[in-house]
Amino acid sequence: MKPDIAWQRNDYSRVPFWLHHDEGIYALEMERIFRGPAWSYLCLEAEIPNACDFRTTWVGDTPVIVSRAKDGVIHAFVNRCSHRGAMIVRELRGNAERLVCLYHRWCYSNAGELTGLPFRKGIKGEGGMPEEFDMKAVSPQRLKVANYHGMLFGTFSDRAETIEAYLGEFGTGMVRRFLSRPIRILGYSRQRIAGNWKLYAENLRDTYHASLLHEFFVTYGVDRATQKGGVKMDARHRHNMNHAYAASDTDEDAKAAYADTAARLDRMQLRDKKLLHYKNEFPDGMNLATPTFFPNALLIQINNTIGTRQIRPKGPGAHEVFQTLFGYADDDEAMTRHRLISANLVGPAGFVSMEDGEAIEVIQKATRSSPEGCEVIEMGGRGEVRDLAHRVTETPIRGFWSYWAELMGVEPAGGIR
Amino acid sequence: MNVSLETRELLTALMAEYAMAIDEDRLEDWVELFAEDCDYRVVTRENVEQGLPNVLMWCDNKDMLRDRVDSYRNVNEYNLHYDRHILGPLRFISEKDGAWTFDVSYSLFQTTLEGESRLFSVGRYRIEARLEGSAARLKTVAVIADTGLVPSLLATPI
Ligand code: FES
Ligand SMILES: [Fe+2]
Repeated sequence: MKPDIAWQRNDYSRVPFWLHHDEGIYALEMERIFRGPAWSYLCLEAEIPNACDFRTTWVGDTPVIVSRAKDGVIHAFVNRCSHRGAMIVRELRGNAERLVCLYHRWCYSNAGELTGLPFRKGIKGEGGMPEEFDMKAVSPQRLKVANYHGMLFGTFSDRAETIEAYLGEFGTGMVRRFLSRPIRILGYSRQRIAGNWKLYAENLRDTYHASLLHEFFVTYGVDRATQKGGVKMDARHRHNMNHAYAASDTDEDAKAAYADTAARLDRMQLRDKKLLHYKNEFPDGMNLATPTFFPNALLIQINNTIGTRQIRPKGPGAHEVFQTLFGYADDDEAMTRHRLISANLVGPAGFVSMEDGEAIEVIQKATRSSPEGCEVIEMGGRGEVRDLAHRVTETPIRGFWSYWAELMGVEPAGGIR
Repeated sequence: MNVSLETRELLTALMAEYAMAIDEDRLEDWVELFAEDCDYRVVTRENVEQGLPNVLMWCDNKDMLRDRVDSYRNVNEYNLHYDRHILGPLRFISEKDGAWTFDVSYSLFQTTLEGESRLFSVGRYRIEARLEGSAARLKTVAVIADTGLVPSLLATPI
Protein backbone atom coordinates (compact mmCIF):
# COMPACT_ATOMS: atom_id res chain seq x y z
CA MET A 1 0.00 0.00 0.00
CA LYS A 2 1.30 3.44 -0.86
CA PRO A 3 -0.60 6.24 0.81
CA ASP A 4 -1.32 9.21 -1.33
CA ILE A 5 0.31 12.20 0.34
CA ALA A 6 -0.01 15.43 -1.59
CA TRP A 7 3.20 17.09 -0.33
CA GLN A 8 2.93 20.77 -1.17
CA ARG A 9 6.68 21.20 -1.04
CA ASN A 10 9.64 18.91 -1.44
CA ASP A 11 11.48 20.40 1.57
CA TYR A 12 8.82 19.37 4.10
CA SER A 13 8.09 22.96 5.05
CA ARG A 14 4.40 22.00 4.75
CA VAL A 15 3.23 18.84 6.51
CA PRO A 16 -0.40 17.72 6.26
CA PHE A 17 -2.24 17.51 9.58
CA TRP A 18 -3.97 14.28 8.65
CA LEU A 19 -0.69 12.38 9.03
CA HIS A 20 -1.22 12.73 12.79
CA HIS A 21 -4.71 11.22 12.70
CA ASP A 22 -4.82 8.49 10.11
CA GLU A 23 -5.10 4.81 11.13
CA GLY A 24 -3.59 3.63 7.84
CA ILE A 25 -0.54 5.85 8.23
CA TYR A 26 -0.12 4.62 11.79
CA ALA A 27 -0.26 0.97 10.73
CA LEU A 28 2.27 1.63 7.99
CA GLU A 29 4.61 3.41 10.43
CA MET A 30 4.56 0.36 12.69
CA GLU A 31 5.48 -1.81 9.72
CA ARG A 32 7.99 0.30 7.84
CA ILE A 33 9.63 2.25 10.64
CA PHE A 34 9.30 0.37 13.93
CA ARG A 35 9.40 -3.10 12.35
CA GLY A 36 11.53 -1.75 9.51
CA PRO A 37 15.22 -0.83 9.22
CA ALA A 38 15.30 1.78 12.01
CA TRP A 39 17.03 1.04 15.31
CA SER A 40 14.71 1.57 18.27
CA TYR A 41 15.95 2.25 21.79
CA LEU A 42 15.05 -0.67 24.08
CA CYS A 43 16.44 0.08 27.54
CA LEU A 44 19.77 0.49 29.30
CA GLU A 45 22.16 -2.38 29.89
CA ALA A 46 22.36 -1.31 33.55
CA GLU A 47 18.71 -2.33 33.92
CA ILE A 48 19.51 -5.99 33.31
CA PRO A 49 22.93 -6.33 34.96
CA ASN A 50 22.71 -9.99 36.03
CA ALA A 51 22.32 -13.29 34.25
CA CYS A 52 18.62 -14.13 33.74
CA ASP A 53 17.47 -10.53 34.32
CA PHE A 54 14.72 -9.39 32.02
CA ARG A 55 12.65 -6.26 31.37
CA THR A 56 9.68 -5.56 29.18
CA THR A 57 9.64 -2.67 26.74
CA TRP A 58 7.95 -1.57 23.52
CA VAL A 59 9.15 -1.12 19.97
CA GLY A 60 6.47 0.94 18.35
CA ASP A 61 3.39 -0.82 19.65
CA THR A 62 5.00 -4.27 19.71
CA PRO A 63 5.63 -5.62 23.24
CA VAL A 64 9.22 -6.78 23.61
CA ILE A 65 11.23 -8.67 26.23
CA VAL A 66 14.87 -7.73 26.72
CA SER A 67 16.77 -10.37 28.64
CA ARG A 68 20.22 -11.48 29.57
CA ALA A 69 20.93 -15.17 29.15
CA LYS A 70 23.10 -17.22 31.51
CA ASP A 71 26.12 -16.65 29.32
CA GLY A 72 25.65 -12.87 29.60
CA VAL A 73 24.44 -12.37 26.04
CA ILE A 74 21.56 -9.91 25.68
CA HIS A 75 18.52 -10.94 23.65
CA ALA A 76 15.33 -9.20 22.60
CA PHE A 77 12.22 -10.90 21.30
CA VAL A 78 8.54 -10.26 20.89
CA ASN A 79 6.56 -10.68 24.09
CA ARG A 80 3.86 -12.79 22.49
CA CYS A 81 3.38 -16.48 23.08
CA SER A 82 3.94 -18.74 20.08
CA HIS A 83 0.91 -20.79 21.01
CA ARG A 84 -2.13 -18.54 20.94
CA GLY A 85 -0.59 -15.12 21.35
CA ALA A 86 -0.74 -14.31 25.07
CA MET A 87 1.76 -11.87 26.53
CA ILE A 88 4.49 -14.14 27.90
CA VAL A 89 5.82 -11.76 30.56
CA ARG A 90 3.33 -9.51 32.32
CA GLU A 91 5.67 -8.07 34.96
CA LEU A 92 7.78 -4.99 34.26
CA ARG A 93 10.95 -6.80 35.18
CA GLY A 94 12.36 -9.81 36.92
CA ASN A 95 14.91 -12.57 37.03
CA ALA A 96 14.08 -16.06 35.88
CA GLU A 97 15.79 -18.99 34.21
CA ARG A 98 12.77 -19.68 32.05
CA LEU A 99 9.85 -17.53 31.03
CA VAL A 100 6.52 -19.31 31.20
CA CYS A 101 3.30 -18.26 29.51
CA LEU A 102 0.40 -18.28 31.96
CA TYR A 103 -2.16 -19.76 29.62
CA HIS A 104 -0.94 -23.27 28.75
CA ARG A 105 2.51 -22.93 30.32
CA TRP A 106 4.63 -22.95 27.21
CA CYS A 107 8.22 -22.36 28.21
CA TYR A 108 10.84 -20.03 26.78
CA SER A 109 14.57 -19.66 27.37
CA ASN A 110 16.20 -16.29 28.10
CA ALA A 111 17.20 -16.26 24.48
CA GLY A 112 13.55 -16.34 23.44
CA GLU A 113 13.44 -19.91 22.18
CA LEU A 114 10.43 -22.07 22.79
CA THR A 115 11.94 -24.93 24.82
CA GLY A 116 9.03 -26.95 26.06
CA LEU A 117 5.30 -27.30 26.35
CA PRO A 118 3.09 -29.42 28.60
CA PHE A 119 1.51 -32.63 27.29
CA ARG A 120 3.52 -32.46 24.13
CA LYS A 121 3.33 -36.22 23.82
CA GLY A 122 -0.21 -36.34 25.19
CA ILE A 123 -1.32 -38.44 28.15
CA LYS A 124 -1.13 -42.19 27.91
CA GLY A 125 -0.72 -41.95 24.19
CA GLU A 126 -3.73 -39.76 23.70
CA GLY A 127 -3.76 -36.14 22.58
CA GLY A 128 -0.51 -34.18 22.32
CA MET A 129 1.14 -32.31 19.51
CA PRO A 130 1.83 -33.84 16.10
CA GLU A 131 5.10 -35.74 15.94
CA GLU A 132 6.63 -33.33 13.47
CA PHE A 133 5.84 -30.19 15.50
CA ASP A 134 8.96 -28.00 15.37
CA MET A 135 9.36 -25.76 18.41
CA LYS A 136 12.19 -23.76 16.87
CA ALA A 137 10.14 -22.86 13.84
CA VAL A 138 7.48 -21.11 15.91
CA SER A 139 9.71 -19.33 18.47
CA PRO A 140 8.81 -15.65 18.97
CA GLN A 141 10.27 -13.23 16.51
CA ARG A 142 13.68 -11.99 17.57
CA LEU A 143 15.16 -8.54 17.25
CA LYS A 144 18.73 -7.88 16.36
CA VAL A 145 20.27 -6.19 19.43
CA ALA A 146 23.05 -3.62 19.50
CA ASN A 147 24.64 -2.65 22.78
CA TYR A 148 26.28 0.69 22.19
CA HIS A 149 28.18 1.63 25.34
CA GLY A 150 25.33 0.44 27.53
CA MET A 151 22.45 1.83 25.52
CA LEU A 152 20.49 -1.06 23.98
CA PHE A 153 18.91 -0.74 20.57
CA GLY A 154 16.90 -3.28 18.61
CA THR A 155 15.68 -3.73 15.06
CA PHE A 156 13.44 -6.30 13.36
CA SER A 157 15.12 -5.81 10.01
CA ASP A 158 18.07 -7.60 8.42
CA ARG A 159 18.57 -4.56 6.23
CA ALA A 160 19.44 -2.21 9.10
CA GLU A 161 22.80 -0.47 9.05
CA THR A 162 25.30 -1.13 11.83
CA ILE A 163 24.43 0.83 14.95
CA GLU A 164 27.55 2.96 14.52
CA ALA A 165 26.53 3.92 11.00
CA TYR A 166 22.96 4.49 12.08
CA LEU A 167 23.80 6.84 14.95
CA GLY A 168 26.56 8.48 12.97
CA GLU A 169 29.51 10.30 14.40
CA PHE A 170 27.36 12.73 16.28
CA GLY A 171 25.05 10.10 17.77
CA THR A 172 27.78 7.72 18.83
CA GLY A 173 29.69 10.60 20.38
CA MET A 174 26.65 11.63 22.37
CA VAL A 175 25.91 8.14 23.70
CA ARG A 176 29.53 7.87 24.80
CA ARG A 177 29.32 11.29 26.44
CA PHE A 178 26.31 10.33 28.56
CA LEU A 179 27.45 6.78 29.31
CA SER A 180 31.16 7.34 29.77
CA ARG A 181 31.02 6.06 33.35
CA PRO A 182 29.05 3.25 35.03
CA ILE A 183 25.56 4.48 35.81
CA ARG A 184 23.02 3.95 38.56
CA ILE A 185 19.31 3.95 37.71
CA LEU A 186 17.35 6.46 39.81
CA GLY A 187 13.92 5.56 38.52
CA TYR A 188 11.16 6.05 36.03
CA SER A 189 8.35 8.35 35.10
CA ARG A 190 5.60 7.94 32.57
CA GLN A 191 3.30 10.33 30.86
CA ARG A 192 0.48 9.58 28.45
CA ILE A 193 -0.05 12.36 25.97
CA ALA A 194 -3.22 12.43 23.87
CA GLY A 195 -1.41 13.24 20.65
CA ASN A 196 0.32 11.48 17.77
CA TRP A 197 3.84 10.24 18.52
CA LYS A 198 5.27 12.35 15.69
CA LEU A 199 4.15 15.51 17.46
CA TYR A 200 6.50 14.54 20.26
CA ALA A 201 9.26 13.75 17.75
CA GLU A 202 8.71 17.20 16.24
CA ASN A 203 8.73 18.85 19.65
CA LEU A 204 12.17 17.39 20.31
CA ARG A 205 13.46 18.88 17.07
CA ASP A 206 11.90 22.28 17.63
CA THR A 207 14.40 24.44 19.46
CA TYR A 208 12.35 27.49 18.59
CA HIS A 209 9.72 26.64 21.21
CA ALA A 210 12.06 25.92 24.09
CA SER A 211 12.50 29.40 25.50
CA LEU A 212 9.02 30.58 24.45
CA LEU A 213 6.68 27.82 25.58
CA HIS A 214 8.86 26.94 28.56
CA GLU A 215 8.93 30.42 29.97
CA PHE A 216 10.58 29.13 33.10
CA PHE A 217 13.83 28.78 31.14
CA VAL A 218 13.98 32.47 30.43
CA THR A 219 12.26 33.88 33.49
CA TYR A 220 14.70 32.21 35.83
CA GLY A 221 17.67 32.41 33.49
CA VAL A 222 18.19 28.64 32.99
CA ASP A 223 18.44 28.91 29.26
CA ARG A 224 17.86 31.67 26.74
CA ALA A 225 18.01 31.45 22.98
CA THR A 226 20.78 34.05 23.14
CA GLN A 227 23.13 31.62 24.88
CA LYS A 228 25.79 29.96 22.81
CA GLY A 229 24.37 26.77 21.38
CA GLY A 230 22.67 25.38 18.34
CA VAL A 231 21.32 22.35 16.58
CA LYS A 232 23.36 19.44 15.29
CA MET A 233 22.18 16.60 13.11
CA ASP A 234 23.58 13.40 11.67
CA ALA A 235 24.39 13.30 7.97
CA ARG A 236 20.91 11.94 7.15
CA HIS A 237 19.19 14.56 9.36
CA ARG A 238 17.14 11.94 11.17
CA HIS A 239 18.71 12.49 14.61
CA ASN A 240 19.32 15.86 16.15
CA MET A 241 20.44 17.69 19.21
CA ASN A 242 19.58 20.96 20.81
CA HIS A 243 22.38 22.16 23.04
CA ALA A 244 23.53 25.20 24.98
CA TYR A 245 26.49 26.31 26.99
CA ALA A 246 25.95 27.57 30.51
CA ALA A 247 26.36 31.34 31.08
CA SER A 248 27.48 32.18 27.55
CA ASP A 249 25.31 35.25 26.86
CA THR A 250 24.77 38.63 28.53
CA ASP A 251 21.61 40.09 30.00
CA GLU A 252 21.74 42.87 27.39
CA ASP A 253 21.73 40.37 24.48
CA ALA A 254 18.74 38.65 25.99
CA LYS A 255 16.77 41.83 26.68
CA ALA A 256 17.12 42.96 23.10
CA ALA A 257 16.16 39.56 21.67
CA TYR A 258 13.09 39.00 23.83
CA ALA A 259 11.80 42.60 23.54
CA ASP A 260 8.85 41.53 21.37
CA THR A 261 7.77 38.57 23.49
CA ALA A 262 5.89 38.45 26.74
CA ALA A 263 8.85 36.81 28.44
CA ARG A 264 9.92 38.15 31.81
CA LEU A 265 13.68 38.20 31.83
CA ASP A 266 15.10 37.30 35.19
CA ARG A 267 12.47 39.40 36.81
CA MET A 268 11.60 36.59 39.11
CA GLN A 269 13.92 35.02 41.60
CA LEU A 270 13.68 31.60 43.11
CA ARG A 271 13.61 31.63 46.89
CA ASP A 272 15.53 28.39 46.89
CA LYS A 273 18.20 28.62 44.23
CA LYS A 274 19.53 25.09 44.62
CA LEU A 275 16.95 23.98 42.05
CA LEU A 276 19.07 25.60 39.33
CA HIS A 277 22.48 24.84 40.73
CA TYR A 278 24.69 23.23 38.10
CA LYS A 279 27.82 21.25 38.86
CA ASN A 280 29.73 20.91 35.63
CA GLU A 281 30.48 17.25 35.05
CA PHE A 282 31.20 17.08 31.32
CA PRO A 283 34.41 18.21 29.63
CA ASP A 284 32.43 20.05 26.92
CA GLY A 285 30.77 22.40 29.43
CA MET A 286 27.24 21.94 28.09
CA ASN A 287 24.48 22.22 30.69
CA LEU A 288 21.68 21.40 28.30
CA ALA A 289 21.83 18.66 25.73
CA THR A 290 19.06 16.60 24.25
CA PRO A 291 20.38 14.24 21.56
CA THR A 292 17.36 12.65 19.93
CA PHE A 293 17.49 9.44 17.91
CA PHE A 294 15.00 8.49 15.24
CA PRO A 295 12.48 7.08 15.83
CA ASN A 296 11.88 6.69 19.54
CA ALA A 297 14.68 7.89 21.80
CA LEU A 298 16.46 10.70 23.40
CA LEU A 299 19.15 11.26 25.94
CA ILE A 300 18.48 14.22 28.13
CA GLN A 301 20.65 16.46 30.23
CA ILE A 302 19.22 19.49 31.94
CA ASN A 303 21.81 20.67 34.41
CA ASN A 304 22.59 17.59 36.50
CA THR A 305 19.47 15.66 35.66
CA ILE A 306 20.39 12.95 33.22
CA GLY A 307 18.38 10.22 31.59
CA THR A 308 16.74 8.71 28.58
CA ARG A 309 13.26 8.96 27.18
CA GLN A 310 11.49 6.43 25.02
CA ILE A 311 8.47 7.26 22.91
CA ARG A 312 5.84 4.52 22.89
CA PRO A 313 3.16 5.08 20.27
CA LYS A 314 -0.32 4.03 21.44
CA GLY A 315 -2.45 4.36 18.33
CA PRO A 316 -2.58 7.47 16.11
CA GLY A 317 -4.01 9.65 18.88
CA ALA A 318 -1.76 8.90 21.85
CA HIS A 319 1.73 8.04 23.02
CA GLU A 320 3.52 7.36 26.25
CA VAL A 321 6.75 9.12 27.16
CA PHE A 322 8.76 6.76 29.33
CA GLN A 323 11.61 8.49 31.13
CA THR A 324 14.49 6.78 32.92
CA LEU A 325 16.67 8.96 35.12
CA PHE A 326 20.12 7.89 36.16
CA GLY A 327 23.18 9.10 37.97
CA TYR A 328 26.69 7.70 38.00
CA ALA A 329 27.80 4.78 40.13
CA ASP A 330 30.33 6.95 41.97
CA ASP A 331 27.80 9.64 42.95
CA ASP A 332 27.75 10.24 46.68
CA GLU A 333 24.51 10.76 48.58
CA ALA A 334 24.65 14.53 48.18
CA MET A 335 25.03 14.24 44.41
CA THR A 336 22.10 11.83 44.14
CA ARG A 337 20.00 14.25 46.16
CA HIS A 338 21.10 17.12 43.94
CA ARG A 339 20.13 15.18 40.80
CA LEU A 340 16.71 14.41 42.26
CA ILE A 341 16.12 18.02 43.26
CA SER A 342 16.96 19.18 39.75
CA ALA A 343 14.64 16.45 38.44
CA ASN A 344 11.91 18.97 39.33
CA LEU A 345 12.82 20.54 35.99
CA VAL A 346 12.02 17.52 33.79
CA GLY A 347 9.39 14.84 33.37
CA PRO A 348 5.59 15.03 33.55
CA ALA A 349 5.73 17.69 36.28
CA GLY A 350 8.92 19.37 35.09
CA PHE A 351 9.19 23.16 35.30
CA VAL A 352 10.62 23.18 31.77
CA SER A 353 8.79 20.23 30.29
CA MET A 354 5.20 20.08 31.54
CA GLU A 355 4.08 22.42 28.76
CA ASP A 356 5.01 20.00 25.97
CA GLY A 357 2.18 17.63 26.88
CA GLU A 358 -0.32 20.45 26.70
CA ALA A 359 1.03 21.89 23.42
CA ILE A 360 0.83 18.48 21.74
CA GLU A 361 -2.67 17.77 23.01
CA VAL A 362 -4.05 21.06 21.75
CA ILE A 363 -2.54 20.42 18.31
CA GLN A 364 -4.15 16.98 18.19
CA LYS A 365 -7.50 18.46 19.23
CA ALA A 366 -7.50 21.34 16.81
CA THR A 367 -6.16 19.60 13.70
CA ARG A 368 -8.54 16.65 13.62
CA SER A 369 -11.13 18.74 11.82
CA SER A 370 -8.71 19.97 9.17
CA PRO A 371 -7.69 17.15 6.85
CA GLU A 372 -6.61 19.65 4.20
CA GLY A 373 -4.59 21.84 6.59
CA CYS A 374 -0.80 21.85 6.99
CA GLU A 375 1.84 22.66 9.53
CA VAL A 376 4.00 25.59 8.45
CA ILE A 377 7.64 24.75 9.17
CA GLU A 378 9.83 27.61 8.00
CA MET A 379 11.54 28.99 11.09
CA GLY A 380 15.26 28.75 10.36
CA GLY A 381 14.71 28.75 6.61
CA ARG A 382 13.49 26.57 3.74
CA GLY A 383 15.24 24.22 1.34
CA GLU A 384 18.35 22.39 2.43
CA VAL A 385 18.51 21.00 5.97
CA ARG A 386 21.74 21.71 7.81
CA ASP A 387 23.32 22.27 11.24
CA LEU A 388 23.02 25.71 12.75
CA ALA A 389 24.98 27.61 15.36
CA HIS A 390 21.82 29.19 16.72
CA ARG A 391 18.55 27.92 18.07
CA VAL A 392 15.98 30.10 16.37
CA THR A 393 15.03 27.19 14.20
CA GLU A 394 12.75 24.25 13.63
CA THR A 395 14.77 22.97 10.66
CA PRO A 396 15.47 19.54 12.26
CA ILE A 397 11.71 18.85 12.04
CA ARG A 398 12.08 18.91 8.25
CA GLY A 399 14.98 16.48 8.60
CA PHE A 400 12.74 14.16 10.60
CA TRP A 401 10.02 14.22 7.95
CA SER A 402 12.47 13.59 5.15
CA TYR A 403 13.68 10.37 6.76
CA TRP A 404 10.14 9.42 7.77
CA ALA A 405 9.07 9.82 4.13
CA GLU A 406 12.04 7.77 2.93
CA LEU A 407 11.26 4.82 5.22
CA MET A 408 7.54 5.07 4.49
CA GLY A 409 8.24 5.09 0.76
CA VAL A 410 6.33 8.34 0.27
CA GLU A 411 8.98 10.91 -0.69
CA PRO A 412 7.79 13.65 -3.01
CA ALA A 413 9.49 14.06 -6.39
CA GLY A 414 12.86 15.69 -5.70
CA GLY A 415 12.33 15.39 -1.96
CA ILE A 416 15.27 16.75 -0.02
CA ARG A 417 17.20 14.51 2.35
CA MET B 1 -3.85 2.77 67.79
CA ASN B 2 -5.34 4.92 70.50
CA VAL B 3 -5.93 8.42 69.21
CA SER B 4 -7.99 11.01 71.06
CA LEU B 5 -11.11 12.27 69.37
CA GLU B 6 -9.70 15.78 69.44
CA THR B 7 -6.50 14.79 67.61
CA ARG B 8 -8.47 12.77 65.11
CA GLU B 9 -10.73 15.73 64.38
CA LEU B 10 -7.87 18.19 64.14
CA LEU B 11 -5.93 16.08 61.64
CA THR B 12 -9.03 15.19 59.65
CA ALA B 13 -9.83 18.89 59.35
CA LEU B 14 -6.24 19.56 58.28
CA MET B 15 -6.57 17.06 55.44
CA ALA B 16 -9.98 18.39 54.43
CA GLU B 17 -8.50 21.87 54.14
CA TYR B 18 -5.49 20.44 52.27
CA ALA B 19 -7.78 18.98 49.62
CA MET B 20 -10.17 21.94 49.43
CA ALA B 21 -7.35 24.50 49.18
CA ILE B 22 -6.10 22.77 46.03
CA ASP B 23 -9.58 22.14 44.64
CA GLU B 24 -10.57 25.77 45.14
CA ASP B 25 -7.34 26.98 43.58
CA ARG B 26 -6.09 28.50 46.84
CA LEU B 27 -2.57 27.16 46.38
CA GLU B 28 -1.11 29.90 48.56
CA ASP B 29 -3.33 28.71 51.43
CA TRP B 30 -2.29 25.15 50.68
CA VAL B 31 1.38 26.13 51.14
CA GLU B 32 0.53 27.70 54.50
CA LEU B 33 -0.55 24.33 55.85
CA PHE B 34 3.10 23.23 55.78
CA ALA B 35 5.84 23.80 58.36
CA GLU B 36 8.93 25.76 57.23
CA ASP B 37 11.09 22.63 57.34
CA CYS B 38 8.58 20.55 55.43
CA ASP B 39 9.14 17.94 52.77
CA TYR B 40 6.64 17.41 49.95
CA ARG B 41 7.20 14.84 47.28
CA VAL B 42 5.30 12.99 44.64
CA VAL B 43 6.59 9.51 43.90
CA THR B 44 5.06 6.54 42.13
CA ARG B 45 4.34 3.10 43.44
CA GLU B 46 6.32 1.64 40.54
CA ASN B 47 9.50 3.31 41.78
CA VAL B 48 8.84 2.69 45.47
CA GLU B 49 8.32 -1.01 44.86
CA GLN B 50 11.62 -1.22 42.99
CA GLY B 51 13.40 0.71 45.73
CA LEU B 52 14.18 3.57 43.35
CA PRO B 53 14.36 7.14 44.67
CA ASN B 54 13.03 8.97 41.62
CA VAL B 55 10.57 11.80 42.24
CA LEU B 56 8.03 13.50 40.00
CA MET B 57 8.15 16.53 42.26
CA TRP B 58 10.21 17.24 45.33
CA CYS B 59 10.21 20.32 47.55
CA ASP B 60 12.42 19.81 50.59
CA ASN B 61 11.40 23.03 52.32
CA LYS B 62 8.57 25.54 52.28
CA ASP B 63 10.43 27.99 50.03
CA MET B 64 10.52 25.40 47.28
CA LEU B 65 6.77 24.98 47.63
CA ARG B 66 6.33 28.73 47.35
CA ASP B 67 8.53 28.70 44.24
CA ARG B 68 6.35 25.99 42.68
CA VAL B 69 3.20 27.98 43.29
CA ASP B 70 4.78 31.21 42.03
CA SER B 71 5.87 29.47 38.89
CA TYR B 72 2.35 28.09 38.27
CA ARG B 73 0.84 31.49 38.80
CA ASN B 74 3.25 33.40 36.58
CA VAL B 75 5.27 31.21 34.29
CA ASN B 76 4.06 27.69 33.49
CA GLU B 77 1.42 26.73 30.99
CA TYR B 78 -0.67 23.66 31.70
CA ASN B 79 -4.01 22.06 30.99
CA LEU B 80 -6.84 24.31 32.17
CA HIS B 81 -8.86 22.27 34.63
CA TYR B 82 -10.58 21.97 37.97
CA ASP B 83 -9.27 19.54 40.57
CA ARG B 84 -11.38 17.45 42.92
CA HIS B 85 -9.83 15.36 45.67
CA ILE B 86 -11.79 12.61 47.40
CA LEU B 87 -10.04 11.44 50.57
CA GLY B 88 -10.44 8.25 52.54
CA PRO B 89 -10.31 7.99 56.34
CA LEU B 90 -7.05 8.52 58.23
CA ARG B 91 -5.17 5.42 59.28
CA PHE B 92 -2.92 6.29 62.18
CA ILE B 93 0.49 4.69 62.31
CA SER B 94 2.51 6.27 65.09
CA GLU B 95 3.10 9.29 67.28
CA LYS B 96 6.35 10.75 68.50
CA ASP B 97 6.74 14.04 70.41
CA GLY B 98 3.49 15.45 69.10
CA ALA B 99 4.20 14.40 65.47
CA TRP B 100 1.62 12.03 64.04
CA THR B 101 2.21 9.71 61.13
CA PHE B 102 -0.80 8.52 59.18
CA ASP B 103 -1.90 7.30 55.74
CA VAL B 104 -4.81 8.60 53.70
CA SER B 105 -6.01 7.23 50.37
CA TYR B 106 -6.96 9.74 47.72
CA SER B 107 -8.49 9.93 44.33
CA LEU B 108 -8.09 13.04 42.28
CA PHE B 109 -10.40 13.88 39.41
CA GLN B 110 -9.76 16.58 36.85
CA THR B 111 -12.52 18.36 34.98
CA THR B 112 -11.98 20.39 31.84
CA LEU B 113 -13.48 23.84 31.32
CA GLU B 114 -16.06 22.12 29.10
CA GLY B 115 -17.11 19.96 32.02
CA GLU B 116 -15.57 16.62 31.09
CA SER B 117 -14.23 14.76 34.12
CA ARG B 118 -11.62 12.03 34.31
CA LEU B 119 -9.79 10.17 37.01
CA PHE B 120 -6.40 11.86 37.11
CA SER B 121 -4.59 10.10 39.91
CA VAL B 122 -5.24 7.59 42.66
CA GLY B 123 -2.93 6.67 45.48
CA ARG B 124 -2.01 7.25 49.09
CA TYR B 125 -0.54 10.02 51.20
CA ARG B 126 1.99 9.18 53.90
CA ILE B 127 1.70 12.20 56.16
CA GLU B 128 3.64 13.41 59.13
CA ALA B 129 1.88 16.28 60.92
CA ARG B 130 2.83 18.17 64.06
CA LEU B 131 0.36 19.37 66.64
CA GLU B 132 1.21 22.70 68.19
CA GLY B 133 -1.50 23.42 70.73
CA SER B 134 -4.72 23.45 68.78
CA ALA B 135 -3.01 23.96 65.41
CA ALA B 136 -1.71 21.25 63.09
CA ARG B 137 1.06 21.65 60.52
CA LEU B 138 2.30 19.36 57.80
CA LYS B 139 5.86 18.24 58.22
CA THR B 140 6.04 15.57 55.52
CA VAL B 141 3.70 14.77 52.68
CA ALA B 142 4.70 11.88 50.47
CA VAL B 143 2.23 11.33 47.67
CA ILE B 144 2.63 7.73 46.59
CA ALA B 145 0.70 7.59 43.34
CA ASP B 146 -0.58 4.29 42.02
CA THR B 147 -1.18 6.21 38.82
CA GLY B 148 2.36 6.16 37.51
CA LEU B 149 1.19 6.91 33.99
CA VAL B 150 0.47 10.60 34.35
CA PRO B 151 -2.40 11.63 32.07
CA SER B 152 -1.20 14.61 29.99
CA LEU B 153 0.95 16.31 32.62
CA LEU B 154 1.20 17.02 36.32
CA ALA B 155 1.05 20.69 37.27
CA THR B 156 -1.21 21.55 40.19
CA PRO B 157 -0.22 19.53 43.24
CA ILE B 158 -1.81 16.31 44.42
S1 FES C 1 -1.13 -18.91 24.74
FE1 FES C 1 0.74 -19.16 25.73
S2 FES C 1 0.72 -21.22 26.25
FE2 FES C 1 -1.17 -21.01 25.19
FE1 LIG D 1 9.61 21.35 25.09
